[in-house]
Amino acid sequence: MLERGVSRREFLKKLAAISAMSAAATVIPGIIFAHEQISKYDTQGISWQKTPCRFCGVGCGLLVGIENKKAVAVKGDPNSSVNKGLCCVKGYHSVMALYGKDRLTKPLVRKNGKLVETSMEEALELVASKMKQTIKDHGKDAVSIYGSGQWTIPDGYVASKLFKGLIGTNNVEANARLCMASAVTGFLTSFGLDEPMGCYEDIDHANVFILWGNNMAEMHPVLFSRMLDQRLKRKAKIIDFATRTTRTSKAADKSILFKPQTDLAVANAIAYEIIRNGWVHESFVNKHTTFKKGITNLGYGIEDGYKFKDDEQPISFNEYKKFLADYTPEKVEALSGVSAKDIRYLASLFGDPNKKIMSFWCMGMNQHTRGTWINNLVYNLHLLVGKISTPGNSPFSLTGQPSACGTVREVGTLTHKLPYGVVMKEGARQKAAEIWDVPVENIDPKPSFHTVEMFRAVDRGQIKFMWIQVTNPMVTMPNLVRYRNGLRKEDRFIVVSDVYPTPTTDEADVVLPSAMWIEREGMYGNSERRTQHFNQLIDPPGEAMSDTWQLIEVARKLGYEKWFPWGKEEHIEKIWAEYSRFHEGAKHGMAPYEVLKKQSGAMWPYFEGKSTKWRYNAKYDPAAEGDDFDFYGKPDHKAVIFARPYEAPPEIPDSEYPFWLNTGRVLEHWHTGSMTRRIKVLHQAVPNSYVELHPDDAKKMGISNGDEVKITSKRASINMPASINERGIPTRGQVFVPFFDEDYLINDLTLDAYCPISKQPDYKKCAVKIEKV
Amino acid sequence: MPIKSYLVHAAPGHKEIVRNSLLKQMGCDVFPAENEDVLVLVTDTQSKQDELVLESKLAEIPNIQNMVLVAGFVDEKSKK
Repeated sequence: MLERGVSRREFLKKLAAISAMSAAATVIPGIIFAHEQISKYDTQGISWQKTPCRFCGVGCGLLVGIENKKAVAVKGDPNSSVNKGLCCVKGYHSVMALYGKDRLTKPLVRKNGKLVETSMEEALELVASKMKQTIKDHGKDAVSIYGSGQWTIPDGYVASKLFKGLIGTNNVEANARLCMASAVTGFLTSFGLDEPMGCYEDIDHANVFILWGNNMAEMHPVLFSRMLDQRLKRKAKIIDFATRTTRTSKAADKSILFKPQTDLAVANAIAYEIIRNGWVHESFVNKHTTFKKGITNLGYGIEDGYKFKDDEQPISFNEYKKFLADYTPEKVEALSGVSAKDIRYLASLFGDPNKKIMSFWCMGMNQHTRGTWINNLVYNLHLLVGKISTPGNSPFSLTGQPSACGTVREVGTLTHKLPYGVVMKEGARQKAAEIWDVPVENIDPKPSFHTVEMFRAVDRGQIKFMWIQVTNPMVTMPNLVRYRNGLRKEDRFIVVSDVYPTPTTDEADVVLPSAMWIEREGMYGNSERRTQHFNQLIDPPGEAMSDTWQLIEVARKLGYEKWFPWGKEEHIEKIWAEYSRFHEGAKHGMAPYEVLKKQSGAMWPYFEGKSTKWRYNAKYDPAAEGDDFDFYGKPDHKAVIFARPYEAPPEIPDSEYPFWLNTGRVLEHWHTGSMTRRIKVLHQAVPNSYVELHPDDAKKMGISNGDEVKITSKRASINMPASINERGIPTRGQVFVPFFDEDYLINDLTLDAYCPISKQPDYKKCAVKIEKV
Repeated sequence: MPIKSYLVHAAPGHKEIVRNSLLKQMGCDVFPAENEDVLVLVTDTQSKQDELVLESKLAEIPNIQNMVLVAGFVDEKSKK
């Protein structure tokens, strides 16, 4: 019973009703429920506290209901400009992920092959002593940390300071390498600075939304709802451009299917048509862009130690035009399966001066062996017609994790990055050394291992110690069998900080129980450059401790107390103040702590008390010079239009392995399912993974819905149930498998090929065969 | 054990009919909007099996255009 004398069951019914009424109010603005109904479901006694959602990169604002020191309810935050009170099914159930029965509450240490409980003090002491010993025996580059886009900003910041500034190794990586590295290199090569120029408010202005391999209805449902709302209100059009028919395709105004990897050719064909029809915005292109080409036939990074460095060379507009001659709509139709008519239709959307256009993408373009290129090619289209950096004209790369932008991209928790700039630049190293108060020589000027190469280095034995926080690489790494075996090798020492047991904690020598989300204070940074703070709202269970504090404790045990002097009560505020120094100024200023505490996020550049909604446009961006656009990330203040060709992927279906394998996510589960599979409603909705087949392929092989099929790649095999004509329908010759289910490790089969520029692996294309079991 | 809430979209002009049909089902609370053909439905069943039975009955109700699950809870204390 609750204190007010209301039964728990009645209480839950009230919360369920309130959640539905809140959802109704956001889906149908102006909807009214009778006052007596609402007052009957009064939630007096519950304290509603703001926080960003724990799950995807959209960064919805939530209000979490706290009662008796427990999180008991969730509703969308009407004050959040991200979601305006709306939530998706994961958001509504997010607090239930805090209370799974098997939460890790005690540290575990492997003794005689078994993980046994110990105290936090003993576990942290062991971690520190192992690090010390490894550095002594094998050098500083034998230790590493692998974090995540779910790291809070303070987590990533202290990890970077400890490893790069004090230990002096660049062995810092994060799983965001697997999900948005191509977006980063796309931004850097085209504009010189990372992250989108626009914001979610663009949705309220655009007339056309083109979704490039992006199943937003399932992966970013709240933003998709905002688009549907604009279609209803303003007749905006949604075009789904994808390799598989999904819920997004079904809801879109037009669905265009293309063959895997040929998005490169289609984007070039659209550019060809824009030029052929005279739709180029000449004054914009002349004033604000340059044309370049880079190295081609780059390879795919499949071999250990692969290196690549691009060599960008200027070209003229005419050379670019000549390059595009290979991409006539008819030629590209033959390659891509997209009709010349549809290519011309897409070009006409860009070319129409009366239409504002948004491009959205996420994993389809980023998890691509030419991921940087396809990012460049979509920017080309927006730049050619001058539809960029104004409300409603916005190429927009979405992220999949709550702080892939905030922690990994902005703090710079990647091997080559610092919180400001890259390790290769002396100025960036000096700035870091000054703020961190360390000798500049501490910071190694050479990047070490990107994620795939880092796990290869563990396998090879160059890295002996790895600390993994807030991520589950033993489900997510491609070509997983190799990397699982690598972690199991005799003299490797693996530390895992997490909230639940996972296939990664199974491989650990030490498991540290982490405080999750609102069990500690922190900040996330979402896809639209919005930093959002959350208070600690409840106590973590047992001995669980925030990842930030785990790192600080270990740093102190390593002898670095001086650099981590903060008390528990104040450490997040102090870390934020120190970190913000890296970004001071009009180009990347961060909002002060007290502002973040007060409001539902602030967008950087935050300058003179204001968020910046549109970068590179002098009308909105205080860093932009001149009277219109200023792409100040580049030395010449011009964005780059790149000639990037179509190149085939490294593994193509053949007679032995005749199907493409595509992997991805489902609405109900977040990434590897380690949290959402512990929420009964979500687990019951999609209890296990499956392989989607095209109905014609299934019929040909005598496979019915639910039949067990064997999928085999050159690397491994897996048996799983077939799904035919259910949630998604792959094209003929393609199968799709969601990766959320640790009982079906589909990444045993995938290929660890990556984009040579971004080093991001391609999870969307490898060759498999299918057999009915 | 399960408690769930849904947004129920009734066919235009059929909100009252849908409301009455829903109220005939065991374990259903219904809250119609005043100005839209939309109802909030809260279901309260004692077991997974009861819930499946209820779901199949709900699926048979005519004039429901769409039903969207919003929230779901399992009352562990009641279960014990």
